[in-house]
Amino acid sequence: MNRDDRTQKEFGRNKRQVLAAYDLTQEEYTAIESGDIGLLYVLGVNGQILMHYAAYLKIEWFDYLQAMRDGVSKYGPVRHGIYAMKEQNRKYARVNQLRGGGGA
Amino acid sequence: MPLVYSGILSHAPGITGRSHMVEPDKEATRDAFYGCLKRQREAIRSSGAEVLVVVAAEHFANFFMDNMPAYCMGIGAKHTGPIEDAQWLKIDKQIIQGAPELATRIVDLMLKNVDLAYSEEWQCDHGIMVPLNFLTPNYDLPIIPCNINCQGPPLTPLNRVWNFGEALREACDEQTENIAIVGTGGISHWPATPDSGKINEAWDKQFLERLMSQNKEQLLSYSDDEVYAEAGQGGFEIRTLIAAAAAAGGRGTLQFYSAELPIFAVGCTVASFEISS
Ligand SMILES: [Fe+2]
Repeated sequence: MNRDDRTQKEFGRNKRQVLAAYDLTQEEYTAIESGDIGLLYVLGVNGQILMHYAAYLKIEWFDYLQAMRDGVSKYGPVRHGIYAMKEQNRKYARVNQLRGGGGA
Repeated sequence: MPLVYSGILSHAPGITGRSHMVEPDKEATRDAFYGCLKRQREAIRSSGAEVLVVVAAEHFANFFMDNMPAYCMGIGAKHTGPIEDAQWLKIDKQIIQGAPELATRIVDLMLKNVDLAYSEEWQCDHGIMVPLNFLTPNYDLPIIPCNINCQGPPLTPLNRVWNFGEALREACDEQTENIAIVGTGGISHWPATPDSGKINEAWDKQFLERLMSQNKEQLLSYSDDEVYAEAGQGGFEIRTLIAAAAAAGGRGTLQFYSAELPIFAVGCTVASFEISS
């Protein structure tokens, strides 16, 4: 969707119809359908995909960063993908959760 | 000597898209960076380059988890971009001229040494559009886009990246056209994550010292685990910079480095290499 204008337009018109074509868990479906950046981050979406999706949703930059931090607070550490691939990163996610996020 | 220029520069959507958000006391640093990119543009032009090969680390513009080549070259007659919201990136949608015949010759030669995929359809994301915005703002130089997968592990090992750079050089040297290469990637950075803006300046400087001095052994000694721990997932993009160094073969000159623009979410680097004979 991030790279196809037609899919973006279709998604804008009828999210359910677009999403029906994909094999998604209920959690994945809800996260995409509701634009829950925090949950998508925790589920393991690569930031390079998520950032573009947030831009499509017209989410401001600092709100986007905060949404990921809020997601970790709400749903716990990142579960899959590149950010969850290392134990040290799982530790980071926990620390980040405790301190309420970091970075610029 | 058909390879006439090899250099590196940073890319990140913030470099154009969040330029207006740079703090007032950092505007001079931002402008110095932009000035250096302008000089890189002039250096490429004065090298007599007729085509620019951009060795990039795309961000799921063409390739996804369903099909992720380690290396791919764009051999189409034209490319499009940016895929991102033009307002967000502050770069208008463009049709960019390719160099299909030359690119096909290069792929053909490189395949002797590298398993290189090719594509006649190429969409550019900020990883290419931000460099082009500064290096060919009028889009009047044909572009051969090239990708090294730096986003979705498992990733191609660094020794193979070096081989890729050398193979690119060998292929360029057999052409009659004057060719410029830029490698574009971040060094340490944690883009698009909650740690966006973090930069490991000491790690960057050590990497750049190794890169400028063509210290192949040390450059190829980084493991992905070490890079991830010290330089974030954005650090995987050192592959593009190493490829440009390997293609050039000569010592580098660091023209700009700053870790003082965290709103860009990447250290800002500009450098060029001598072309070895
Ligand atoms: Fe990148």
